[in-house]
Amino acid sequence: MSYRSNADLGGQDGHGAVHPEPEGELFHAAWEPRVLALTLAMGAMGLWNIDTGRAARETLADYRDLSYYRIWLAGLEKLLLQSGAVQADELAQGRSLRSGLATSKVLRAAEVAAVLARGAPTARPSLGPARYALGHRVRTRDTAPPHHTRLPGYARGKRGVIERVHGAHVFADTHAQGLGEQPQWLYSVAFDETELWADSTSRQNATVSVDAWEPYLEPA
Amino acid sequence: MSGPEHEHERGSLSSTELRVRALETVLTQKGYVDPAALDELIDTYQTKIGPRNGAQVVAHAWRDAEFRRQLLEDATAAIASLGFSGRQGEHMVAVENTPEQHNVVVCTLCSCYPWPILGLPPTWYKSAPYRARVVKDPRGVLSDFGVHLPETMRIRVWDSTAEVRYLVLPQPPAASEHLTERELADLVTRDSMIGTGLPLNPGGASTPRASP
Repeated sequence: MSYRSNADLGGQDGHGAVHPEPEGELFHAAWEPRVLALTLAMGAMGLWNIDTGRAARETLADYRDLSYYRIWLAGLEKLLLQSGAVQADELAQGRSLRSGLATSKVLRAAEVAAVLARGAPTARPSLGPARYALGHRVRTRDTAPPHHTRLPGYARGKRGVIERVHGAHVFADTHAQGLGEQPQWLYSVAFDETELWADSTSRQNATVSVDAWEPYLEPA
Repeated sequence: MSGPEHEHERGSLSSTELRVRALETVLTQKGYVDPAALDELIDTYQTKIGPRNGAQVVAHAWRDAEFRRQLLEDATAAIASLGFSGRQGEHMVAVENTPEQHNVVVCTLCSCYPWPILGLPPTWYKSAPYRARVVKDPRGVLSDFGVHLPETMRIRVWDSTAEVRYLVLPQPPAASEHLTERELADLVTRDSMIGTGLPLNPGGASTPRASP
């Protein structure tokens, strides 16, 4: 079964103008901050990782129709059901109907500041030398894999230049599928606009960079 | 993606509000979440972590050449030295605007954003128009923000596809050398640290200064 992300929006036409908003406007309904907090708190439980979380959200069938926190809400419900933490009848009835999964990782209020300040770094010791160095010309793989990935469609099959070597990081593709961190070298790859948007007549003197793991790349 | 919902149901809670309350009840009864922790998380992002953090970083870089150098070399460490770190900012890179180059940051695939220094992202950053267009038509997007840059200026768009998070270091406004660091921080707008805006001028106007 192929994987369909509805979140790969880069380069799509037809979405209209961007609407700026003032600093300080965080939420537009009272339930939105609750969804934010529930998602972060459940993340601390360790039943899924951030990459699995993104995979759950981007594959929501109605992603395109949902506002941001509606996506988070639907994504959280999906992850809870997938992980067995909650069952559908409980969500429907709005109450717990059976014991929950045993856990010692519940986030307490007193721990919040420290947990947020610590974060979850993804840098890992590398398991071998980096294949590419600054200035190397590379080409990105040109097929969409049947799973979560972080190479946007607009940057597939494109030639770019290595501009940074970030080190080895948890590899999102495997991590999202529950196949482990499998750290890979991560690079900043720069693409000229003429390479990305060859069909477009617009020339804006622009360069677009993505952060790409080594498995996304081959020598150009 | 549609904009914020409008679920006006006089005298009753919207269906989404009910759904969220149901979810919170289940998770609390299961013992998975502590309501006090939920309140603390919300309070943290409403009052404690926001773009004024990033403004401090930028203002300090404008005033302190050694800090600026450190910020460009190892942004994570430099930012941590001012007390900001953690979730969604574990691996920071600062990209500097110059007379030749303007930087703008996006996450086309979701909404990745440097939370410890900018707080929660604005709705437009997380929405389809920005995510779709800024990689293809950055000047058009900047013009939606009232920013017009010379054609000779290179625009660098940074798509945050992994866990590296980007901070744009804007150029200091003209005639700001006499200001204190605190006053400088007040000129640093959130949008200028994403790259969709420029800092305010000391008079408070948001008119971009002329670039060579």
